[in-house]
Amino acid sequence: MFRLKLVPEKTTLRFMDRRRIAFALSVLMILGSVAIYFGQGLNRGIDFEGGILVEVKTDGPADLGAMRNLMNGLGLGEVALQEFGAPDDVLIRVERQPGEAEAQQAAVAVVKSALDPEFPGISYRRVEFVGPTVSGELVEAATIAVLTAVAIMLIYIWLRFEWHFSVGAVIALVHDVIITLGMFAITGIEFNLASVAAVLTIVGYSINDTVVVYDRIRENLRKYKQLPLPDLLNVSINDTLSRTVMTSVTTLLALVALFIFGGEVIRGFAFAMIWGVVIGTYSSIFVAAPVLIVLGLKRGSRDTEDEPDAKAIA
Amino acid sequence: MLYFAKWKIAVILAVCLLGLAFTAPNFMSSQTRQSIPDWLPNQSINLGLDLQGGSHLLLQIDSEAVLRDRMTDLAEAMRNDLGDIRPRIRRSGFQIGDRSVSFQVRDTERMDEVREVLRGLVTQIGGGLAVGAGGPDLQITADGNRFIATLTEAGEKARLAAAVQQSIEIVRRRVDETGVNEPTIQRQGEDRIIIQLPGVEDPDRIKRLLGRTAKMTFHLVDLSADPNADRLPPGTMRVFEERDGAEIPWAVRKKVEVSGEHLVDAQPNYQDGRPVVAFRFDAIGARRFGQITSQNVGRPFAIILDDKVVSAPRIESAILQGSGIITGGFSVQEANDLAVLLRAGALPAPLTILEERTVGPDLGRDSVAAGETAAVIGFAAVVVFMFLAYGPVFGVAANTALITNLFLIFGALSALQATLTLPGIAGIVLTIGMAVDANVLVFERIREELSNGRSPFNAVEAGYQRALTTIVDANVTTGFAAAVLFAMGSGPVRGFAVTLFLGIVCSMFTAILLSRMIIAFWLRRKRPNVLTV
Repeated sequence: MFRLKLVPEKTTLRFMDRRRIAFALSVLMILGSVAIYFGQGLNRGIDFEGGILVEVKTDGPADLGAMRNLMNGLGLGEVALQEFGAPDDVLIRVERQPGEAEAQQAAVAVVKSALDPEFPGISYRRVEFVGPTVSGELVEAATIAVLTAVAIMLIYIWLRFEWHFSVGAVIALVHDVIITLGMFAITGIEFNLASVAAVLTIVGYSINDTVVVYDRIRENLRKYKQLPLPDLLNVSINDTLSRTVMTSVTTLLALVALFIFGGEVIRGFAFAMIWGVVIGTYSSIFVAAPVLIVLGLKRGSRDTEDEPDAKAIA
Repeated sequence: MLYFAKWKIAVILAVCLLGLAFTAPNFMSSQTRQSIPDWLPNQSINLGLDLQGGSHLLLQIDSEAVLRDRMTDLAEAMRNDLGDIRPRIRRSGFQIGDRSVSFQVRDTERMDEVREVLRGLVTQIGGGLAVGAGGPDLQITADGNRFIATLTEAGEKARLAAAVQQSIEIVRRRVDETGVNEPTIQRQGEDRIIIQLPGVEDPDRIKRLLGRTAKMTFHLVDLSADPNADRLPPGTMRVFEERDGAEIPWAVRKKVEVSGEHLVDAQPNYQDGRPVVAFRFDAIGARRFGQITSQNVGRPFAIILDDKVVSAPRIESAILQGSGIITGGFSVQEANDLAVLLRAGALPAPLTILEERTVGPDLGRDSVAAGETAAVIGFAAVVVFMFLAYGPVFGVAANTALITNLFLIFGALSALQATLTLPGIAGIVLTIGMAVDANVLVFERIREELSNGRSPFNAVEAGYQRALTTIVDANVTTGFAAAVLFAMGSGPVRGFAVTLFLGIVCSMFTAILLSRMIIAFWLRRKRPNVLTV
């Protein structure tokens, strides 16, 4: 009977032979991400930056040029306009106004009263403003959330595995988070609260993937007593490769559907997640596993203690 | 792993049926839903404001103003209590700070007496029911002949909590006056209030209503003083009236003759074709109002609202029935708003809007529609893929688990009355993709065991057994991420965390129990000699 197989039943790919190339690539991506992050920076949405966001629907295709001129004439500082999913849908972002929340609120009124007479039939799909106090707190809460999540993972894996695994998993996680932030910086996708949710989900997905590989490594450490570590890692990754690919594909199928059909508001989120699944899968194989070699995982430690019935097939 | 006790089968099926039952109301019209008796599931999922449209406001109470008022009141209470003592105790004036009141006693031999009076003003804050730590609300210290009453941390917290509570009450009354359906008004943190207004597209009026403290007081006008003078006599203050864009100063007595607390009703009305606000006092207010007006016929009486003179009409005659009219060159809208504000009562302190998020109903509808499309297409793609990859037995088992999983998630969301947000829909779509992971792990394992030469029964048995720890480890870690999101997140992000978490729990249930049960049934019936996964 026909079976769709993305990965052959038995694979013997030598992933660990390529680990130096992978390390170099990862280091390069991390350095690049950090550079872009500090150079260009994230395109922070109003959640973290404060300011105003107005989404309008115009009667017929919007005249972006006219609207931009109108907005720039209001003296509200930097105003960014973009078509949002449809020609008659425009997203207007106004930078944070000097002063507290009242100033933001006043600016919303200015924007509305300027648009109303110039664009008859305009409707406001979304009006949001965030004052500087709140945006500062949201930055703090988001940072704490990501750090807490990573710390909990570290502890959980440490409890369930040898410490090398815990450190390896966290290195892979930090790797994923940094490169994802770099992706946000380079693409200019708005970084907002939903993006933090995306980053945390990527953390969850990536650790999930890593744990599956680690589980198999732990099992094989007991099974193959004599096998050198790089070979053992190869075997473990090959054992789980079919599953890794299958799960990535189903998740990507759902995410691509979300990206294409889920609407403009969720598109950035879906894109970040797609990126996260790819990078999370990569890091489980090419970062989390080989890092164990670097960390000096040894045989005969807690996780590899003798089990009488384990047969060595080396 | 392949034997299921009867009761286990019953429990698994019961859980699935419950999920179905709780999901069902979401597919009914609201009339049908309402006709279902309460002992049956009849609630649909709560849509977040980003999906149904509406306005979310985050307000902060001016805590400095609250504490300042508290100190002013405290000084007033001290003045009264110390003033009651005969013979009089000589003392200096009160110095009112942000969190303290101090004064000097000139009759130094009577310090103990003063201390006794001050002690009477200290309130114990219960540690149990009250918010924050217990203990006295004031700390009384003496420095030479100087007494200082300082607000303790517990006192500050309690005062703030009371002010927020009171503000919520007033905010609720004001919002109710505007006819919003099912507003949610909650306290957040120490000094904040969250307001959720479903269906409100333009919250301008509500913002305007909330932006005013609406403290109204009636004062006599000091006719002997020149309102433009540099210095006004003690007991008189300068208050401005806005009229036709200009600010006109008035010299008014500081003493509050009647305050807005005594109002029982206020209604917009017309007088000579111009909008006015008619008001009525309670018994105490009416008596005082009657006294003042009868003693001061012919003099102007200033009505002050939030430190501005609204109008200062001349008292034509004594008003004894306790009702009157405020004229102030209002527009119809302003008269309406003022009536609402006076009816609802004054806020204990000004509120600032820190954050506003308003979503129009059509964007909400579009988001729901787009989310549904994405979910259906994503679901179909995954189902087809799983069928192609694992065939009519295992593929169907996994797909049955996936469908049941969705029912369980929707059922749980409805039963818990959790709020579904746009990121929440994204969470569900993501779950569709990730939920099959547990089954993929098992099936891949079974394939391995089969290729190691195990019999079908043994391979399936071993596959489930060996994959179990991996499934648990992998899901627990993702569950932690969801829990962290829930703890830190607000609004939409929280909605995402809820669906993600429910997705993990439900997918473990369906993958480990339901799909295993289906496959076990099949194995027992068919007893295949060769198994292809």
